[in-house]
Amino acid sequence: MQRFVDLYQTLDETNATSAKVRAMADYFASAPAADAAWAVYFLTGGRLRRLAKPAELRQWVLDLTGMPDWLLEETYSSVGDLAETLSLLLDTVLAPPEQASEPLHVWVEQRLLPLRQQAEPDRKRQLIGWWTGLPTGGRFVLNKMLTGAFRVGVSRRLVVRALAQASEVEPARLAHRLMGHWQPDAAFFRHLLDPKDHGEDASRPYPFFLASPLAGEPGELGARSDWLAEWKWDGVRGQLLQRGGDCYLWSRGEDLMEGRFPEIEAAARALQDGTVLDGEILAWDDDRPLPFNVLQKRINRLRPSARMQQRAPVIFLAYDLLEQDGGDLRALPLTERRQRLAALLDHADGSIRLSRPLDDPDWDSLARRRDQALAMGTEGLMLKRLNSPYRVGRTRGDWWKWKIAPLTIDAVLLYAQPGHGRRSNLFTDYTFGIRDGDGLVPIAKAYSGLDNAEIEQLDRWIRSHTTERFGPVRAVEMQQVFELAFEGLAESGRHKSGLALRFPRIARWRHDLGPADADSLTSVRELLDSIRSGY
Amino acid sequence: MSLELIRPGRRGLFCEAGDFHIDPWRPVPRAVITHAHADHARSGSDIYYAQHDSVPLLRKRLGPHSLIRGVDYGEPFRLGQTTVSLHPAGHILGSSQVRVEAGGEVWVASGDYKRDPDPTCADFEVVPCDTFITEATFALPIYRWRPVAAVAGDIHAWWQANAAADRPSVLFCYALGKAQRLMAELLAYTDRGIYLHGAMVPLVAAYRDAGIAMLPSLPVSAAGRGHRFSEDLILAPPSAAGSPWMRRFRGHSTGFASGWMRIRGNRRRRGYDRGFVVSDHVDWPDLLRTIRETGARRVLATHGRTDVLVRYLNEVEGVAAEPLETLYSGESDD
Repeated sequence: MQRFVDLYQTLDETNATSAKVRAMADYFASAPAADAAWAVYFLTGGRLRRLAKPAELRQWVLDLTGMPDWLLEETYSSVGDLAETLSLLLDTVLAPPEQASEPLHVWVEQRLLPLRQQAEPDRKRQLIGWWTGLPTGGRFVLNKMLTGAFRVGVSRRLVVRALAQASEVEPARLAHRLMGHWQPDAAFFRHLLDPKDHGEDASRPYPFFLASPLAGEPGELGARSDWLAEWKWDGVRGQLLQRGGDCYLWSRGEDLMEGRFPEIEAAARALQDGTVLDGEILAWDDDRPLPFNVLQKRINRLRPSARMQQRAPVIFLAYDLLEQDGGDLRALPLTERRQRLAALLDHADGSIRLSRPLDDPDWDSLARRRDQALAMGTEGLMLKRLNSPYRVGRTRGDWWKWKIAPLTIDAVLLYAQPGHGRRSNLFTDYTFGIRDGDGLVPIAKAYSGLDNAEIEQLDRWIRSHTTERFGPVRAVEMQQVFELAFEGLAESGRHKSGLALRFPRIARWRHDLGPADADSLTSVRELLDSIRSGY
Repeated sequence: MSLELIRPGRRGLFCEAGDFHIDPWRPVPRAVITHAHADHARSGSDIYYAQHDSVPLLRKRLGPHSLIRGVDYGEPFRLGQTTVSLHPAGHILGSSQVRVEAGGEVWVASGDYKRDPDPTCADFEVVPCDTFITEATFALPIYRWRPVAAVAGDIHAWWQANAAADRPSVLFCYALGKAQRLMAELLAYTDRGIYLHGAMVPLVAAYRDAGIAMLPSLPVSAAGRGHRFSEDLILAPPSAAGSPWMRRFRGHSTGFASGWMRIRGNRRRRGYDRGFVVSDHVDWPDLLRTIRETGARRVLATHGRTDVLVRYLNEVEGVAAEPLETLYSGESDD
């Protein structure tokens, strides 16, 4: 495992993307295939689940070090990352050796995975033995494998770039081979880097093409007639595959949404075999979308009841045709793909439908159309170049999302808790409230939007204005007001306010406002009404 | 209840029996100074008492006309009804613990200190006392320092690897104490000259005047026009990170030498490529060892994680401990 620990350290110790890619490429080119497969698995965000509970790991470290548990808690809140806290604390009792022995795949397959079947005393004994035998860096990587994702500043895209450097396989094919479910073993890794095309697994979707936000004016994109415009629907982006007599519905997060949307799967069976659609899963009623939180009720519900299907009906709104008769259409121009798609779905009014292009003839009329986005239940418009192929990932130039200006409210900071990864010892996850009578009621949680200096400033303020602690969460004095930007507003039981914001984030820290200036439940409800009535 | 020989006042730690302050944060008639870092040595007092070696450093901080009386380590002097003496604290050049004795009670205010050997200053001396006033900057069990000679080896290896790739190595560290300590420790690996940020130049000169052996150095401003620094090590204060001054070091790699670098999040948040764990403050094991060795019945904790230290001493070590409010930062000068 030493080689993987070294790779982890190298990735952690450089901020230069090119150096990270080079380090991974060197690793992939030289590590045994069985180890490299697991490295790909971990670096692309794979986790080993249910090996040991964090509470157990904590308890074992307390038993080993003999320190009081409050001291471990204080240390954890200062370090922010449990895996790191435990490895550092173990230094107090275990003198770390220099090298981690045994290859990565042996660690995972013969040591870690069998933990699931073992009783607590056995797992404890094993863990203590491993901790004793590993250097601090190895202990940290082991604890990371036990507790969750790595977060070492490499994206899936960078891993693909490194794999491409280490092989003769083009990035698009690598990305495709990494989609869906695969078993991290030597055979998989050799197949991954095999320059020959073997005809890919039937369940495997194509890598998604993602749009970039349009910062300027659409007029800068050239003639309106070169572009297809459609609503930017607010659902779950997905790919619907009908292959080999089976239907596979994938979300963009690469989850197979099997059994969750039976009405879509049933409709897909009517498609010809060898068809792949790109589109959006939406809660839909008649001819318009329902708020996102209606869809949310369905996302995690396996085999929904007929009543649930009636209360929260869903459809697959198709944007694109990626495969027909088993042939990959991605290189064809969008116009051609859309013509075929329209022909395929023209009659459809069931659970698979066509996203209709908007026919406003020029950019000005299109801009006026965009003003109705909220009333239409959408986030704005999508602009796609008519002669563009279906590309991979977030490649700029051919697909743009032209979103409407976000809605905003002013809300008061109520609670804070530490973030993850590089923000793990800072308070970066915030809960905000709005006025309700004399008090404040929570309405949203938000993470991003402040710059580093502001995050540090707010972190200091939180630490010195804490009124109460609930585990990692701190209640703070209700003084700081923030402008929150968001994309939509709906009724929801999630927060006490009875309202939920869609994609909330901090737009500005309003040093100029006090809690009395914040929005109230009444004013936010008025905003909801005005959205519903289309202003 | 023992006599309260030293207590926090509006202007700093005050010894009423001796009518003097220790490291006051506002002007006072008589100030005893533990060391020359900014949060411990502030200008405006009538007279300062400090160990001889810190006098030149204090002059730079307090101005040329301040009245500073230099004393030797272990040389007792009378202030009011107390006998005061200074003892090595091992923190930076001239750093001292202040021993105060009156009416059979002995108190020691240790300022900032460490136990690890440091070629740029005298080793910490254990001074037996009844009440020990300690810092708590790194009072968490995860803070443990490796031998600094080994860390200097890591820094040297990082510098060599960067040089081989034509990358300047910019190492951020505090300008007083840390920079000179690293320059002295690196002598074991090389005698190649390094470059210094302008803010460090006079402080390094003061250490050289005190006879401390260190790597040869030049101010960055003395490098010829067009010099690319691609094989050089440059020391700079952390405030220089991200400033336009950095632009001259094309393709540089950055490192930060500090006890805080023990935690990954601290390094990654600031965007340094490398963190080197080196501190001029005591780590957790040495903090507890020192408290035991002084034999103090009572401990007062000033700055840092006083909450953790106080609770641990009371509950685990069985030593009476309380926090003491001060304005020392400790964190910023590591």
